[in-house]
Amino acid sequence: MNLSVEPIAAAVPDTHITIRGLTKSFAGQPLYTNFDLDVPKARITSIFGPNGCGKSTMINMVAGLLDMDAGEARFDGKTLAETKIGYVFQNYRDALFPWKRAIDNIKYPLRIAGRSRAECDARAEELLRSFDIRFDLNRYPYELSGGQQQLVSIMRALAPHPEVLFLDEPFSALDYEMTLFMRDKLQDIFEATRTTMILVSHDLEEAVYLADQVLMLTRRPTRIAEVVRFDAPRPRHPETLTLEAFIRAKAQCLEVFQREVRVRA
Amino acid sequence: MKEFLAGRVANALTPVLGVFAFLFAWWFLTWLKWIDPVLLPSPQASAKAIWDGFASGNLTKDLLITIRRTLLAFAVAVGVCVPLGLMLGSSVRLYRSLEFVIDFFRSTPASALFPLFLVILGVGENTKVAVAAFGAGLLILFNTAYGVMNARKTRQAAARVMGASPVRVMTGVTLLESLPQTFVGMRSGVSFSLVIVIVAEMFIGSTDGLGQRVINAQSIFNMPEMYATIFAAGALGYALNLIFIVIERRFIHWGGK
Repeated sequence: MNLSVEPIAAAVPDTHITIRGLTKSFAGQPLYTNFDLDVPKARITSIFGPNGCGKSTMINMVAGLLDMDAGEARFDGKTLAETKIGYVFQNYRDALFPWKRAIDNIKYPLRIAGRSRAECDARAEELLRSFDIRFDLNRYPYELSGGQQQLVSIMRALAPHPEVLFLDEPFSALDYEMTLFMRDKLQDIFEATRTTMILVSHDLEEAVYLADQVLMLTRRPTRIAEVVRFDAPRPRHPETLTLEAFIRAKAQCLEVFQREVRVRA
Repeated sequence: MKEFLAGRVANALTPVLGVFAFLFAWWFLTWLKWIDPVLLPSPQASAKAIWDGFASGNLTKDLLITIRRTLLAFAVAVGVCVPLGLMLGSSVRLYRSLEFVIDFFRSTPASALFPLFLVILGVGENTKVAVAAFGAGLLILFNTAYGVMNARKTRQAAARVMGASPVRVMTGVTLLESLPQTFVGMRSGVSFSLVIVIVAEMFIGSTDGLGQRVINAQSIFNMPEMYATIFAAGALGYALNLIFIVIERRFIHWGGK
């Protein structure tokens, strides 16, 4: 079932997340049946697939927000509880705490982890500098623009130095200008930290542009249709979008996508 | 500039226009003597009664007693029903099983329960406060439970994924998420508590309080004093509501955000 996993495992020897036997059904309808996946370390993996194939469901299960019916996910062999993860939600408005100032939102995971006030301040200061933040973080989230709120969300997710960062359609609620800016920010972070990232996207251009590999999923019951690699050098910039390699990778994804959508339509 | 100033003045006057219109209509009716002056005294006579009531300390005393009962009932209601509401709201099954009972008693006029409370608690201070607390408590209870049930799941998920324990999610997220709705319940609760206290003061062996004062004035046809007391009760209700709105704006700035 997962023939496509093999070449990836060979190409990227350093596997970070191993998902084995993942099974999940909703109201008797199987979504995942015995699903296996290896996610490489220090890479960005995009997940793309038809509507309702369970992209978000999968990362929610791996991140522990949703129970699996069966199966498990390991992070370098460790359980989720032993692993520090970060999660950026699509809806930043509903994910940030409006009763806390932006800066306190960012410190929240650190306070949860029981760090001292001084440690929290130091880490927040560090994030502020590396993100080159120019707006006032002493404001409440709802006083910030959408892009600023999502930046705060991302900083909050990164605050505890997560080993894995999950991003669930993080830019889909932003306008195009902001989206371009945020893609670059995310890429900067990735280059600086080499954090393993899993990005769910509904925008194929974005999925390919940011990724080292694009995981193409089928309709439900969901399988891996193909894993498309894209190894244009980083940092990538808007010109990357016109590269031969980019166009080829995107075309390949599109072809797989259309094949998968058509299969049972 | 002139027009600008005129606009500013007009804007400032708009909210009080209704007050002036009301007072003028009242004065005009009494001036025409269309209504028996015994039934409807002039605004001046009523204003004088308010002044005298406060000057002599009579009205002040009754007002303070009513405030004390209302706030006591409210405090009991909050103390019992906010924690209960949090529990109910966090267990859908528990809420479902009790939903009918809560809805039923919430729909039952609390004043219909006076005889029952009289039998249990006797004629006295406790009965008035208890009925008011009961009615206000149900309002607070279901609003709190609603607030918890409708708390945004994403925020709870965000806290969980950052490693917050269930207790921390409850106290640090769910509780705060439910506060705006809880406050809606508290605001209605305090108004409701005032209504019940006034009625109780009128009819349940009372010797003091605004309700008692209104009914006494009415029975001896001291209409200016009756109107004075009604206005005092109205001002009290208005002030309580206003205080809650101010507290809400100040502390629950994120409501609806």
